[in-house]
Amino acid sequence: MKPALQTTDPFLPELYRVEHTVRELADTVTLEFKPLSGARASFTPGQFNMIYVFGVGEAAISISGDPADGRMFVHTVREVGAISNAIAKLEAGAVAGIRGPFGTGWPVAAAEGLDILIVAGGLGLAPLRPAIYHILAHRERYGRVAILFGSRSPADLLYRHELEQWRQRLDIDIAVTVDHADRSWHGNVGVVPSLIPRASFDPAQTLAMVCGPEIMMRYSATGLLQAGIPAERVYLSMERNMKCAIGLCGHCQFGPDFVCKDGPVFNYSKIAKILAVREI
Amino acid sequence: MESLERILKEHPFFASFPPEHLQLVTGCARNHRFKAGEYLFHEGEQADEFFLVRDGKVALEICAPGKAPIVFETVAGGNVAGSSWLVPPYRWMFDARALEPARAIGIDAACLRRKSEADPSLGYVLMKSILPILVERLQAARLQILDVYGRGH
Repeated sequence: MKPALQTTDPFLPELYRVEHTVRELADTVTLEFKPLSGARASFTPGQFNMIYVFGVGEAAISISGDPADGRMFVHTVREVGAISNAIAKLEAGAVAGIRGPFGTGWPVAAAEGLDILIVAGGLGLAPLRPAIYHILAHRERYGRVAILFGSRSPADLLYRHELEQWRQRLDIDIAVTVDHADRSWHGNVGVVPSLIPRASFDPAQTLAMVCGPEIMMRYSATGLLQAGIPAERVYLSMERNMKCAIGLCGHCQFGPDFVCKDGPVFNYSKIAKILAVREI
Repeated sequence: MESLERILKEHPFFASFPPEHLQLVTGCARNHRFKAGEYLFHEGEQADEFFLVRDGKVALEICAPGKAPIVFETVAGGNVAGSSWLVPPYRWMFDARALEPARAIGIDAACLRRKSEADPSLGYVLMKSILPILVERLQAARLQILDVYGRGH
């Protein structure tokens, strides 16, 4: 699916009203934004919007809703700074500006016919959720599908209810692990890469999509390569400080690329060499 | 009934063991079944037998005085529970508890150490199998300590 063509000034936000909010975790909120007029722009799973809280500022937030649901944009926001705090505090009825969608998406079309391995850590499940929705909606187009999800603790599991629903399906494998837990947790404890050898897939015919903290992604990519998945079929979603979102300002420069324009979803073979370079 | 040697051969830990070494190990091995909640070993006990989990899930946990035990790793089928049997003073550093019914192969650690001393080629093969597991666990422990899902990341 190609992103919608930008017919308006890319710097000009469209007005959206917050329809509904859900407190996911102590510091994480999901908001649904409905356009004040017209339809929302179409998006590819993995893309992001710039959300503008008037008088506060603008931040890049991944789209976490279902691409097939054209009524609104869904964003899951973690309160980590002034702008994300302001976005998370928006209540139903509030109006905000949205520019986008921007950036590259997950290769859901190129992945057809292959086994799919989705590796997510913490809030990294949010940018992957649209891809999961798409894959589940077109399940017959894909081989085996496994979702490997890591979190800090059982209390920090994002989209817990949805994970439980997905787990009930017979046509996907869900493995969840946490970094530490008390005795009330009967699931896995350990880091996400430890789940890779236990997943069922044919490495030569698998495409992996990875999103989470950068350190977790580096370790996961190493684990995926060790499992035999070619680097050309491993995709990572990078995060940098994005401002203009169209590759002009340079704030999100990542080696020879701009994360806003050339990413956020990159092929691992393209960025593997610069991924561990401290200065980048 | 499955032969112990065949069970050992099918476990990933012994996948690269030559037949003659596998035969030596079999002499130190026995089968175990653990009920959910049953302990494989406790912290401070002599690490005289280690376990290769065949199926089920085992929690490795540490207990601090006055606090609830913390599970820092779970070990599933195909993995090894514990490594304190490798180095003196051969005492477990944590508890291992079956989270669900589990089957495991218990290896008499003293027997295996003795055979490895007598036949260094067995010890070398054993070290080649255990070292990647230890390195992987060290890396995993680093990741957990980094708290990568915390606000700082």
